[in-house]
Amino acid sequence: MQNRVGTKGSAATAALLSILIVIMVAATVYVFVANLYPAPPPITANGELIDRQYNLTLYMTGVVFILSQIGLAYAIFRFRDKGQRARFTRGNNTLEMIWTSATIVVFLGVGILGRKAWAETRFTPASPDAIKVEVTENQFVFNFRYPGPDGKFGRLDPKLVSASSGNPIGLDLNDPAAKDDIIVPTLTVPVNHQVELELRSQDVIHNFYVRELRLQQDAVPGIEIPIHFTATKIGQYEIVCTQLCGLGHYKMRSVLNVVSDSDYQDFLKQQAAAQ
Amino acid sequence: MSSHADSAHAMHAPTGFISKYIFSVDHKVIGIQYYLLALVAVTVGIVLSVLMRFHLVWPGAHLPFGAGIMTPEQYLALVTMHGTIMVFFVLTTAPQSGFGNYFLPIQIGAADMAFPRINMLSFWVTFLAFVALVAAFFVPGGAPISGWTAYAPLSGLGEVTGPGEGLGQTMWIVSIALFCIASLLGALNFIATTIDLRAPGMSLMRMPLTVWAWFITAILGLLAFGVLLAAGVLLILDRSAGTSFFVPAGEIVSDTLLNHKGGSPILWQHLFWFFGHPEVYIAILPGMGVASHILSTFSRKPIYGYRAMAYALCTIGFLGFMVWGHHMFVSGMSPYSGFAFSVLTMSIGVPSAIKTFNWLGTLWGGKIILKTPMLFALGFVSLFVSGGLSGLFLAQPSVDNRLHATYYVVAHFHLVMGVAAIFGIFAATYFWYPKMFGKMMSEGLGKLHFWVTFAGAYCIFMPMHFLGIAGGIRRYADYTGVQYLAALQPLHKFITIAAFITAGIQLVFLFNFFWSLKFGAEASDNPWNATTLEWTTATPPPHDNFAGHYPSVYRGPYEFSVPGVEEDYIPQNLTPEQVRRTK
Repeated sequence: MQNRVGTKGSAATAALLSILIVIMVAATVYVFVANLYPAPPPITANGELIDRQYNLTLYMTGVVFILSQIGLAYAIFRFRDKGQRARFTRGNNTLEMIWTSATIVVFLGVGILGRKAWAETRFTPASPDAIKVEVTENQFVFNFRYPGPDGKFGRLDPKLVSASSGNPIGLDLNDPAAKDDIIVPTLTVPVNHQVELELRSQDVIHNFYVRELRLQQDAVPGIEIPIHFTATKIGQYEIVCTQLCGLGHYKMRSVLNVVSDSDYQDFLKQQAAAQ
Repeated sequence: MSSHADSAHAMHAPTGFISKYIFSVDHKVIGIQYYLLALVAVTVGIVLSVLMRFHLVWPGAHLPFGAGIMTPEQYLALVTMHGTIMVFFVLTTAPQSGFGNYFLPIQIGAADMAFPRINMLSFWVTFLAFVALVAAFFVPGGAPISGWTAYAPLSGLGEVTGPGEGLGQTMWIVSIALFCIASLLGALNFIATTIDLRAPGMSLMRMPLTVWAWFITAILGLLAFGVLLAAGVLLILDRSAGTSFFVPAGEIVSDTLLNHKGGSPILWQHLFWFFGHPEVYIAILPGMGVASHILSTFSRKPIYGYRAMAYALCTIGFLGFMVWGHHMFVSGMSPYSGFAFSVLTMSIGVPSAIKTFNWLGTLWGGKIILKTPMLFALGFVSLFVSGGLSGLFLAQPSVDNRLHATYYVVAHFHLVMGVAAIFGIFAATYFWYPKMFGKMMSEGLGKLHFWVTFAGAYCIFMPMHFLGIAGGIRRYADYTGVQYLAALQPLHKFITIAAFITAGIQLVFLFNFFWSLKFGAEASDNPWNATTLEWTTATPPPHDNFAGHYPSVYRGPYEFSVPGVEEDYIPQNLTPEQVRRTK
């Protein structure tokens, strides 16, 4: 060093760095604990599972975060250069084994504990009496298609797609099943009833995300991707696209209307009349 | 083993300005060239990010020089170019190609890299790649808007998908392809050099951890960059040769049915992220090596658990190839794959945790000397812990349902890459500057730079976690239109102010760097009383690194405060007889 061995360093620098780290930890923990920027509560049972897994991860990482940062701050101050000679050691294999095993158990354990939250959203298929809605996304709109009173989705033909002539998803009206299909820009569903969405995209990769559902899924051109949920609370919730899709990405959004059963039947009747 | 090359090197010291400083085959000159390229790139990258932060808080403001109000596509172009420039031309260039080139040969006692001319070629191809990328700003249509990740089909169809997706995206692909070629050549060089040119006595387990890190990083680069190159070629073919690697049948853009068949957009993601995930380990591993090196040197203690540290580097590198799918949990990929990638990703936290415990163990009981290199190394540890822990959330697909594509992800990768890795570069700069340039940087300015950057970085990126948890989506040009996002604007403002201050203080670093070249205090050969071979040779090193006196190595690289030895450090090249023992 420019310092020779045995010359003392600055306690002020050590103190300042330790204090800065402690302040950072305190501020971070405070904002988390005080929940200053809360997400809205989930409106599905699955969402609650996901939040529980999130909270478990938060507690685990929170403990590690606090211990390691405070440990760092403490070590910086306690072992600052006061003219001492360092304590020579190459390490301790037993200690390495212990903390490595502990880390494996904790990290993998937390991961495995979350398997149900993932399985429920992706492995478990929708029930056969789920309400089916097709979602077609393109730059920069959502279109939702209901099968109408006949319960059947009509044929789609890519060559017929023309948003400017009022046929954004290419409905083939020669198909009798297509005549009663309902195509709307927002998603209306009844509360406490499972809904299965089939996500499609015409042009680039988009996404369907409702934060209250704690559910998002990319919509990929060339693939139909099913997701399902059961909303448990009536209300209006924003649907956003989270996958960068072009210059209008920031304003590509829609609304999820979760309504009562009777309101849902009214909605279907109104839309059927309008076709 | 290396004596033939060494003497050849010693006899062919270059004369003339061009062969000494421009088209030089000397790894030291090339290392500095890469570093200066990264310095230019990071300045551009920071300017872009300052413009982005400004726009997010004042979206309707008129930009200076008659530029008008920023459009959404201009914002996305900034996002794309900021990410691309920073990841490739700063984080892959400075730590590995910059410092690695300069110090790998010296730390192993060699005269130069195994292939000096290929080394020179690598730099100039990288330089060309940078020019090609910046050119994207100036071509018709402007820079691309598909993000540094360039997902197809947004990036695969040309201008129909948006402004900048024409020639701008093509320039981007050309730039990346050139960068891949340069990186592959560089990786070959690093691997051959490390395996073949080590000094007598320098076994693998006596290599400095910096050398381990550069070596593993080069292996990652060799295996990953080829895949990105291939992906880029396929993308160019889709765009200009009518192929359909990434575009499916039935592709409709703006009501027009395009003539494509059989491609998969998800294929692009697999190829990109198969490269992209090792890439982020390429960005951080050298920083880990430097942190270990500096923490040991400035605690006057051996690195705690040297073998574990070396194995951890290898494990991170190995597992780094098996986790790419964690970027794709909601992509439409099979959920079974999601589970597999999740388990592997949680596992990669284990060697990272080992490294963190060992860094703390190195400090414990030490004699901690808080010079600027050490401050940045300590900052690295703190930031790596913060950034790494948020990865554990994103590693779980269930939680990822909430956090994917939100500001939580932006917080995570900026803390590990945009700050921790940068701190690794700063630590290395302040540490090795005396050896490279023969002068000391100002300690006062260095400390000022550290305090503001450390506090500022946390003020910028910690709040982004909260934005993400509340549902704040990334890559949005404007947040004032979505009701629940508009409520988060005060947080955005705080972040922007912190960003302005933190960006501003970097000018102190730039000043210190260039001012000290001329006016800094003279540096001795070993101002830090360090142990590795670069400190045993002259400052700056001669052309063949050791003036013909190539060292042999007699011990490991971190022999500090050894009991029974008078000095608190033993250079690697001293014979046992030369070590002064206490009576």
